[in-house]
Amino acid sequence: MTPILIAEQVLNGLQSGVMLFLMAAGLTLIFGVMGLINLAHGSLYMVGAFAAAATAAVTGSFLLALVAALAAAAAAGALVERLVIRRLYDRDHLDQVLATFALILIFSEGTRWIFGSFPLYLDIPEALSGPVTLPGGIQYPLYRLFIIGMGLVVAALLFWLIARTRLGIRIRAGENDREMIAALGVDIARLYTLVFALGAALAGLAGALVGAIQSVQVGMGEPVLILAFVVIVIGGIGSIEGALVGAILVGLTDTLGGIFLPQIFGLFMDPAAATQTGAALASMAIYVLMAAVLVWKPTGLFGAKS
Amino acid sequence: MLKQLLASVALLACASAASAEVKVGLITTLSGGGAGLGIDTRDGFMLAVEEAGRDDLEVVVEDDQQKPDVAVQIADRMIQSDKVDLLTGIVWSNLAMAVVPSATAQGLFYLSTNAAPAQLAGKGCNPNYFSVSYQNDNLHEAAGAYATSADFKKTFILAPNYPAGKDSLNGFKRFFKGELAGEIYTKLGQTDYAAEIAQIRASGADSVFFFLPGGMGISFLKQYADSGVDLPLVGPAFSFDQNILQAVGDAALGVKNTSQWNKDLENEANAHFVEAYLAKYDRLPSLYSAQGYDTALLMLSAMDKADITDKDAFRAALEEADFASVRGDFEFSASHHPIQDIYVREVIKEGDILTNKIVGTAIEDRGHAYEDECKM
Repeated sequence: MTPILIAEQVLNGLQSGVMLFLMAAGLTLIFGVMGLINLAHGSLYMVGAFAAAATAAVTGSFLLALVAALAAAAAAGALVERLVIRRLYDRDHLDQVLATFALILIFSEGTRWIFGSFPLYLDIPEALSGPVTLPGGIQYPLYRLFIIGMGLVVAALLFWLIARTRLGIRIRAGENDREMIAALGVDIARLYTLVFALGAALAGLAGALVGAIQSVQVGMGEPVLILAFVVIVIGGIGSIEGALVGAILVGLTDTLGGIFLPQIFGLFMDPAAATQTGAALASMAIYVLMAAVLVWKPTGLFGAKS
Repeated sequence: MLKQLLASVALLACASAASAEVKVGLITTLSGGGAGLGIDTRDGFMLAVEEAGRDDLEVVVEDDQQKPDVAVQIADRMIQSDKVDLLTGIVWSNLAMAVVPSATAQGLFYLSTNAAPAQLAGKGCNPNYFSVSYQNDNLHEAAGAYATSADFKKTFILAPNYPAGKDSLNGFKRFFKGELAGEIYTKLGQTDYAAEIAQIRASGADSVFFFLPGGMGISFLKQYADSGVDLPLVGPAFSFDQNILQAVGDAALGVKNTSQWNKDLENEANAHFVEAYLAKYDRLPSLYSAQGYDTALLMLSAMDKADITDKDAFRAALEEADFASVRGDFEFSASHHPIQDIYVREVIKEGDILTNKIVGTAIEDRGHAYEDECKM
């Protein structure tokens, strides 16, 4: 266990954290502003990845692929909001869960119908491939550093959008009192579509960025969706700051737990048993973290006091 | 009196017509992330069925969605209302464990196109259960044998934390004579392997063995290629199969993997199969396609020899395995698992298409490790 290995793992945790943030930010915005539980958020992540892979295959440009991912996910989000989600705002959460679960199935089979059953190819652009040597002699893939940078830039833009722009004021007002901002003449229906499309675009961007180092396949969004829900529960539902802190906490716990728990057990158990116990506990680590946070702060780290 | 007689003759005629007909239930994964494997299985199986052109054979195909509970429901429905004689097609071992024991206990035949868990090879073997593919450990054992012969001294091994993953690492260790640089169980369905790759880098290994089927393998290979770690990789065929290689891209080039079949195996049946498959479906066959095709050939060969209503005769006909396998020589062991050669393949590029070519034989005439536990 060298310091270099530890530093590399912290970077890995950070990278998975910022990607989770892109997913969780949209989820928490949509829940905060519209009170809607959107299980289909993972599908928008998948839409982004597929749009990027298809565009990259045709044009060969990674930049265009990212733009296509943003556009396709935002368009899918806006469409879904107008056609389906709009009818669900006044329903209870169970109806929302049911309808958005149906959307997952429709998106998955629809994607399979268009792109086929086999995973698609999306690769890292030439300029960003390969490892770089960081100070201290850490060899780290350049693309992962790019992802971390990209995630942090998007996070900064999002904070600026919410804190400093008119749209941000409306979003925050919408979180506090829906009826009042409608009474003040804000077109609430348009605001909802916009927020939904924004959240979808963030998920699509995450899908495209991660798709380049993973497998672009049907159903790729659902495992991330589960983590994103853990993130927003830890961070406090509706809070963007909470989503950022929660995402990085979950990213670090998940990565470091998977590495260090088996080694800690290895100190007092035989190697095979330690690997098994460690691996089993590591997959529980983020849920233990969530439970601990909820005991300490029942509404999450940045949750509203209710 | 005459009426009654005529009626009973008609009835008898119906009954004998029905008994001559063989009804097959093909349960496989046709939707969701694992659909590619099931589609190849089905297409391979149906190709052989169509080529045979028999009118006394009916195949019912259903999608198990890769869920054990769905597979069990479908199997029950096929057995009770469709009255199938034979089941086949399941890709995943956990689904096979949910379906096979109860189906064979009800007297049906089950021919496995892929999944062949240790439980069904050893203590839980059954006279009506045949694995046409392999026993699950086989390709991993072959990878261990190859790693030994390639003179790897310190191998880092990893697999997902689920029963087939544990079987994989045990299978590898059974035939690997070197030392292990490290052993990791990853989460099932994990998509980010940065942490594991960092450990491989720090471990001082001289080679890496991994078993990560489906999307997991694609993710691992892409990230491994980008990490700057350039130790040789070895794995079973699943992560290098025709249907996922194009998604992995050049990251897979040169990797050695083990398989009991490849499209360049030289025998007449295989040459015909590859050509017919390509012509019909406009894509190269995968290992799953080949396994589906062989399974159907085996079943057809038994149908030529015996009536399926005579279970003992049909079983004996299956045991003879008198068909031209795309793998060349093919025979069953006493526990109804294949005894076959397992090859080492290398990923190469033919024009723009990534594919495999055979570069050697890892193990000859391999049966399986649980043979002695099977009493039947």
